[in-house]
Amino acid sequence: MIPACPLAALPRGEALRIETDPPIAVFHTEDGELYAVDDTCTHQDASLADGWLEGCEVECPLHASRFDLRTGRVDAPPAKLPVRTHQVVVQDETVYVVPSDLPPNLPPGVRTGSA
Amino acid sequence: MKSVAIVGASLAGLSAARALRAQGFGGRLTIVGAEPHRPYDRPPLSKEFLAGQMTTTDLALEGDGEDLGAEWRLGVAATGLERGRSLRIALADGSAVEADGVVIATGAVARTLGGDLAGVHTLRTIEDAAALRADLGAARRLVVIGAGFVGAEVACVARTLGLDVTIVEAAPAPFARALGPEMGTALAALHEDHGVRLICGAAVRGLTGEGRVDGVLLDDGRRLDADVVLVGIGARPVVEWLDGSGVLLGDGVVCDAGGATSVPGVVAVGDCAAWFDPALGAHLRVEHWTGAARRPATAAQTLLSGGAAVPDTLAPPYLWSDQYGMRVQFAGHTLPGDEVSVEEGDLASRRFLAVYRREGRMVAVLGVDQPRSFTRWRRRVNEPAGAR
Repeated sequence: MIPACPLAALPRGEALRIETDPPIAVFHTEDGELYAVDDTCTHQDASLADGWLEGCEVECPLHASRFDLRTGRVDAPPAKLPVRTHQVVVQDETVYVVPSDLPPNLPPGVRTGSA
Repeated sequence: MKSVAIVGASLAGLSAARALRAQGFGGRLTIVGAEPHRPYDRPPLSKEFLAGQMTTTDLALEGDGEDLGAEWRLGVAATGLERGRSLRIALADGSAVEADGVVIATGAVARTLGGDLAGVHTLRTIEDAAALRADLGAARRLVVIGAGFVGAEVACVARTLGLDVTIVEAAPAPFARALGPEMGTALAALHEDHGVRLICGAAVRGLTGEGRVDGVLLDDGRRLDADVVLVGIGARPVVEWLDGSGVLLGDGVVCDAGGATSVPGVVAVGDCAAWFDPALGAHLRVEHWTGAARRPATAAQTLLSGGAAVPDTLAPPYLWSDQYGMRVQFAGHTLPGDEVSVEEGDLASRRFLAVYRREGRMVAVLGVDQPRSFTRWRRRVNEPAGAR
């Protein structure tokens, strides 16, 4: 489990990028739900934490593909692959992320430090 | 409508095919492409692909297993459009495609300086990018003619390869057509920081060399040594094939705000199309990726409804560029005389967000390495003055 931030530091409607490898984005929706996905868009190197959060979806800041934060599913090109999702746990007013065991869908030209 | 032909198999053509199917069109769909390739993404050609970080496979725009139920006619250009009981598209191999509806998506080709010296490039296609990459690998000095985004991105890749790079621009400031002179100059500083020589207000008289280019001659008499020259002076729409068809042409195919041309049953999208932009009150040909990806959905509605559909509000034109690890993003359209103010960051740090206003209304926004702020500001472009 990776500590992300105190819950109070992530207001509703905001997002946080954790510098894991690859980076993870944590979102706090307007409805009060917390979600975590890989921060890098599956199409090209752009940070989803910088994107537009609306409901349970985030729109990539570069090309406007929208990802469902619950499933990682992408709605429309240019991204073709879903973004990997991670579990979020809140304990003692702190937000933690449980990283997924599945392989990430990183865009061409972006690699993890270990790969 | 029983059959539709899409002329052009790049992003705009593919997006039109997707939109037609998504909107329930179940008829015969033919996609004609002058290039031999399946649809591919062009922006990386001057960025990751040129730098060798992306392969041809990575450029594919279609998803794995995506099947639009279309007949593809690739590697053959359209040569004419005739109107009879149906619409008939003549092809370069002597064959023809007949359809009830036509989507014009023939794009644009790079403007050239003429001549046939080796080492002189334009950048528009996969072949262009591969040839330029091969030439850059063996060169020491690159001269880029034209300070636009393609040229700037090539300059950037060439610098990372260790080349000596000069950009020559005829206008007094670089990037002026897209960003205005003030912000164009601000962005130029980024290039100068990275050792690129920028010469503005200098027209090119000609290229020198025998067989292979060895220099660029300027109007003021200066001569720049060059092993490779990239000509990045814009693109012209591919519309000659429509001469005599009755489709009204201006700077590209003249369209209304829903993509309809002057001929019933014919719409146009992408780089070849000049849609009427209500926010601007004029027709504007937009050569950006996002327009080619998004507007075809509106054009498909126009086509399938016979022009009865009320077009969606046009999103402002949007472009992005990657330069020296900085992400440059611009949304909207600026005209001479717009007021520009830096709202976040500052020019000296090369990280800033600038807003363009006309009569108090925000008409465009530029972000340099400010993606999160840009995401928010971008949504306010073209809001009425004083809305917030």
